[in-house]
Amino acid sequence: MLQKTIPANLAPDDHSAYHHPESHSVFGFWLYLMTDCIIFAALFAVFAVMSHQFAGGATAKDLFEINGVAIETAILLLSSITFGFGMLGAQRGNKHALLFWLGVTFLLGLAFIGLEIREFSSLVADGNGPDRSAFLSSFFTLVGTHGLHVSLGLIWMAVLACQVIAKSELSETTLRRLTCLSLFWHFLDVVWICVFTFVYLASVA
Amino acid sequence: MGAGAMMVIAALAVLIPVTYYKKWGYLWNEWLTSVDHKKIGVMYIVIAFIMLLRGFADAIMMRTQLALAYHAPGYLPPEHYDQIFTAHGVIMIFFMAMTFMVGLMNIIVPLQIGARDVAFPFINSLSFWMTAVSVVLINMSLVIGEFARTGWLAYPPLSELQYSPGVGVDYYLWSLQLSGVGTLLTGINFFVTIVKMRAPGMSWMKMPVFTWTALCTNVLIMASFPILTVTLALLGLDRYLGMHFFTNTAGGNPMLYLNLIWAWGHPEVYILILPAFGIFSEVISTYAKKPLFGYKTMVYATCSIMVLSFVVWLHHFFTMGSGADVNSFFGIMTMIIAIPTGVKVFNWLFTIYKGRLEYKPPVLWTIGFMITFTIGGMTGVMMAIPGADFVLHNSLFLIAHFHNVIIGGVLFGYLAGFNYWFPKAFGFKLNEKLGKRAFWFWLVGFYVAFLPLYVLGFMGMTRRLNHYDNPQWHPWLLLAEVGAVLIAIGIAHQVAQLYVSIRDRHLPENRDITGDPWDGRTLEWSTSSPPAAYNFAVIPHVHELDTFTHMKETGKAYASDGFEDIHMPSNTSAGIFIAVFSLVLGFAGIWHIWWLAIMGLIGILVTVILHASRDDDGYYLPAETVRMIEESRGRVSIAQEAK
Repeated sequence: MLQKTIPANLAPDDHSAYHHPESHSVFGFWLYLMTDCIIFAALFAVFAVMSHQFAGGATAKDLFEINGVAIETAILLLSSITFGFGMLGAQRGNKHALLFWLGVTFLLGLAFIGLEIREFSSLVADGNGPDRSAFLSSFFTLVGTHGLHVSLGLIWMAVLACQVIAKSELSETTLRRLTCLSLFWHFLDVVWICVFTFVYLASVA
Repeated sequence: MGAGAMMVIAALAVLIPVTYYKKWGYLWNEWLTSVDHKKIGVMYIVIAFIMLLRGFADAIMMRTQLALAYHAPGYLPPEHYDQIFTAHGVIMIFFMAMTFMVGLMNIIVPLQIGARDVAFPFINSLSFWMTAVSVVLINMSLVIGEFARTGWLAYPPLSELQYSPGVGVDYYLWSLQLSGVGTLLTGINFFVTIVKMRAPGMSWMKMPVFTWTALCTNVLIMASFPILTVTLALLGLDRYLGMHFFTNTAGGNPMLYLNLIWAWGHPEVYILILPAFGIFSEVISTYAKKPLFGYKTMVYATCSIMVLSFVVWLHHFFTMGSGADVNSFFGIMTMIIAIPTGVKVFNWLFTIYKGRLEYKPPVLWTIGFMITFTIGGMTGVMMAIPGADFVLHNSLFLIAHFHNVIIGGVLFGYLAGFNYWFPKAFGFKLNEKLGKRAFWFWLVGFYVAFLPLYVLGFMGMTRRLNHYDNPQWHPWLLLAEVGAVLIAIGIAHQVAQLYVSIRDRHLPENRDITGDPWDGRTLEWSTSSPPAAYNFAVIPHVHELDTFTHMKETGKAYASDGFEDIHMPSNTSAGIFIAVFSLVLGFAGIWHIWWLAIMGLIGILVTVILHASRDDDGYYLPAETVRMIEESRGRVSIAQEAK
């Protein structure tokens, strides 16, 4: 999809090349995502260091319910596909398809956040909050940072949906903003796959 | 209280004249909401100079304390003294050096690559304001509450809540996090600008050296500042939510903090020094009237320093006890950095060789740098030997070493750039006589202040001591105090230089009418001084390295026709508002006023959403207006004369 969107919408024409060409936004946003990637890389490294510092408390095996997390994972991956459908609609200029799929994506994202909050609150309620051990500190921080990103993505999605509704047709600018959000959303998916693999699966293996 | 009074007086000294002369509208419309990279750059440098004064005030207070505190408590009690050395380091690195560097980059990089603007003008304004409010926040700690007593990197467990229960470390965390946002955005912005917006024909190997170094610095910013963000956030989580990343208990690991902070911190020193290397290269080739010797090796050396900077962080704590193999690896990698750096020094020397060097202030700073930095580099290689480092670790030898490279390298470089590019930014030259005197006081003062510290390091004096009773140390500390006074005289000369230069700016010999006062070699000198908002009326086409020299030789340096409509970004106050709400958030976070923090957060969110939903895509300056502006600046007649 990216292969298609970038050249279609964002190739600079000769006239705009020396002004403020729109194409820079997507490149700049890519770079931002790479810096975000480093934030996550650092958090993963911290988790790797802390992953056995249980301080006499509960271990990963005691705490993680893989089934619940697998459902979360499936929901988030599905939301990436539905966002893709939305972008395909946007490419065709079909506002209704775009809004419908954005709505589906939003609900899936909300469900993901809801499940994560439920997991976190049950851990805290059982006395396994982030202040219990270094392991739990790093777990809550890594997964929570991802959750915070998803929440910001949801706000962003709502704002863009309002912009799409408010305007009669999809402008180049709106498409560019949607492209950035779509990059962000897929990026969070990739990060989640790493979280699922290295934090959940590897800890209980 | 004295500090608070000083701040009130300084604020009134700005506010009263601005109000009296009814300049608020001008200030708001032309500067505070401006998205013009040149004006943003000037504002950065204004902040850098104010912070230089603040940081230096801290420095001379410390030197005076140590001159007095022999067999005596001195005049600064430990809890105050500890705040001063912490503030000195934080302010000099983050708010003097970083802002100075970003300011120079803002003014010069777009001009050097023949661009009309940066890639994201609004983001640029936002970056500036994030830096500005974090400066405000850190200076608020002088009056409201206290500052950290932990040293400039706030090592845990000392910086944990248990040992630093006050708000000092929170001031530290919030102000660095806010300014970090600004720095990261600047890194992305200028990377995109350099990669995407160079004038037609400017291939990588035709890029001016300063732009190259700025590019590498931006890569380092993007790769390292996220690590700082994470590190400080984790320390914050320890302090605010009782987590256990760096605590002594519950599995926390303080050494993890050291690894993380230096994985940012070592690239950081190259973020500062690489642009200084770029400035020296521009200065030396301009005033020697020769192309830079070994341009390509300079580029490769810059890039290899950029990469190597990420594999040396452990040399900051050899004494951690990682074992001989790990220490050897990092020791050797550290020594290897001396190779590309040495390449650069020889390139500068060979550029001077057979040149006709003019001894203007920027050249003096450059030569002072070459000698001083080489000494600092050698003491650095000494400490890269793990065995030697075990003896010198945390001693004044280390303090002497890094001031040797940061003053002798970074600061001298930025001051060379300041003297060199000042006429470009303002249209008149700086007074040379006072500039030279300032240099000599700085240079001599530096040696008198810091060479004794090497000696004291060998005598076993550790850093951050408040008082002492060793009679052998006393004379050297008195000597260092003399050095600090000499530097103070140097700074006074710089202030006088600015005053005299502004007073005499209309004298014909001081005005820069052509835009090219030094017979420059790169594109920033091809436009007027100060440049019009659009920088270049006609976008230059680049055929050579040192393209402006080539254009002058072939008579194509100035355009008098072919003007076109120019797209300009509109001013916006969104950056200011986001930053001020961030300031509210930070202040509320420091004092645990949660309702206010939520208000700040909502303010940020609403401003971002409103700004993101705008339809303003800027405006066009018609070709006829461009022609009128160019004629009023005498550009058209310059072009006709050149032909």
